[in-house]
Amino acid sequence: MIHVLLIIFIITLFYMAIANRLMTYIKVLALQGVLLFFVVFIQLSEINPVNLTLILLETIVFKSLAVPIFLSYLLKRNNITREAEPFLPNFVSLVITTAIVVVNILIATVIEDDHLDKIFFVVALSTLFFGLYLIATRRKIITHVMGYMVIENGVFVLSLAIGNEMPLLVNLGIMLDIFASVLILGIFMNKIGDVFKDVDVDQLSNLKDY
Amino acid sequence: MVIIYLLGSVAVVLTLFFSRNKQFVYSLLGLFLVWQGWFTFQACNHYGTTDSVYFTFDSLGILLLVTLSIISIPAAIHSYIYIENHYEPPRSRSIYLASLILLIMAISAGYLSNHIAVTWIFTEITTLSASALIYHHRNKLALEGTWKYVFICAISITFIFIGILFLSLSLQHTGSDNLSFSNLLARSGELNSTWLQMAFLFIFTGFTAKLGLVPMFTAGIDAKDTAPAPAGALLASVLMNLGFVGIFRFYIVIANTPLLHWARLVVGIAAFLSLFVATVYMMKVKNIKRMFAYSGIEHMGIVMLGVAAGGIGYYAAILHIILHAFVKSSLFFQYNQLYRVFQNKSITHIGNYFKYNPTGAMVLLLGFISSAAMPPSGLFVSEFLIFKSMFDAGQILLLIAVLLLLTMIIWAFGKNIFKVLFVPAEGFDDSNVVKPSPWESVSQFLLLATAVYLGLNPPPIFVQLIKDSITLLPQ
Repeated sequence: MIHVLLIIFIITLFYMAIANRLMTYIKVLALQGVLLFFVVFIQLSEINPVNLTLILLETIVFKSLAVPIFLSYLLKRNNITREAEPFLPNFVSLVITTAIVVVNILIATVIEDDHLDKIFFVVALSTLFFGLYLIATRRKIITHVMGYMVIENGVFVLSLAIGNEMPLLVNLGIMLDIFASVLILGIFMNKIGDVFKDVDVDQLSNLKDY
Repeated sequence: MVIIYLLGSVAVVLTLFFSRNKQFVYSLLGLFLVWQGWFTFQACNHYGTTDSVYFTFDSLGILLLVTLSIISIPAAIHSYIYIENHYEPPRSRSIYLASLILLIMAISAGYLSNHIAVTWIFTEITTLSASALIYHHRNKLALEGTWKYVFICAISITFIFIGILFLSLSLQHTGSDNLSFSNLLARSGELNSTWLQMAFLFIFTGFTAKLGLVPMFTAGIDAKDTAPAPAGALLASVLMNLGFVGIFRFYIVIANTPLLHWARLVVGIAAFLSLFVATVYMMKVKNIKRMFAYSGIEHMGIVMLGVAAGGIGYYAAILHIILHAFVKSSLFFQYNQLYRVFQNKSITHIGNYFKYNPTGAMVLLLGFISSAAMPPSGLFVSEFLIFKSMFDAGQILLLIAVLLLLTMIIWAFGKNIFKVLFVPAEGFDDSNVVKPSPWESVSQFLLLATAVYLGLNPPPIFVQLIKDSITLLPQ
């Protein structure tokens, strides 16, 4: 079951690679939150119930409700156009995403470790590198934020792989998630949208050496 | 004791954040300096003990903590001068001072922590407080700098976290789940090397955002450029040392495994690339504040070359990082007086500084000599030892390349500094120039003199502390 969920998680990455509209990205992020909710529910069976509740609440309330709602609110408030505006065509994105996943599967087959379910490793690293790819190839600043949220989800998957032995690290991951998201979204919410009207990375090039 | 220190500091930060009265705010700043001094004193007294489980007063931590406490005094003085000269609204003044204190507190705790996750948490807090300092001017440039800094630091702390996860996977093979550095060191023989390699790559990459090495150095440059200079001085000296502590403590663990050679290679490549990047930028940079920041990248490259070379290089690296903190912060403190005279930070629009502010110009000149590691600068000693260690390690070709790059850096740095000092700026109207008081430069002279003293005639206790902090490394 857990493998099915994680494979669906990978499929969402492919879907994100070819999506055109920002609202689609937000919906995929929400879906990833829901998937993670079930993964946590199945995977962290040995953890104490209070901690488990906390982690479940984080995935459902924060990842799949608060962040998507907040992001779509930002879209409306700043009148951001609905197209994602990638630098590369969608077909190339799809090929690169596939390459990322394949390379990670190859790396995972090389590693020998009985302590780790390798599918977690593949999903986590694919998500991480896909997030970096998304940040590098999209023009709008808000897609950078979304790319960062994707990275966070990937890290969360990795922390689940060892969550039963070290629940502390899962909690730290949640702390990072909330802290960084609030900081980034807070700056975006308050300032970037107001000052840079048409929010585009080309406008962030005023800090120069000369 | 660390807990008491942290609670006290947080109390000061919160009170500052909500108070607007001028005298009260400044007396709180003074109170914090006393508090920091008391804590440093107590830390030195409890040398070698562990406090509150997660903090150890070890030699590296003590050395850097004392450095931080010394630099935080001029930082407070220059922040006061800066705020009084800019007619800040009370709210912005309070936020600035509160963030400054939060930054100093987080760096102190980060130095002393003996657990990689705790170091990581305090690194996160420095990101938060530094971003408030960078955003101080609340204009478009400040916003751009803050956004870049926050975003890259967020990615970097995520990288460190991934590294910690891999490290815990590596540690599971030993049947332990304690991620403190001492436990990692004790079990270094049993760690799984594949996971350890990945952990090192991610943790190293993550901490380079604070340390200022390739690949993640860019955020720090923008941050030091847009933050007010007294805060920039802290970002360019003691915060970089926090990145060094994070990497160095983990490097000690990996150096005691068979992966030592591989880790040296990784660190060496990143260090050499940093030097190269610093050279390229130094040649074309025209913004004096960014020039100082790129010079920091160069010095961190040299430090990490020393770490990679090993032997006497370890000693020299720690000496270099401490001396660099004194020199670089004094240059940043001087920058504000320069800016008050010329109202510009582009080298093309400033010049003939000796005519308008001779004392300040002396600071720039001596700071340049120190930073370029010419004798009698203390950095000369440490850089010389680092080159010697590279020679001992048999890296002759690398050493020649490094020396060539350094020559170019000194040429570019010198060209710009001498332009600022002696060549009159075109079209600069000097009829009503501000004359900064010579007394403002006293603290900068003291910092530079400290660097010379510690480099040329190090007190025995200082040498002993540096030696203690590298005993765990294979010589």
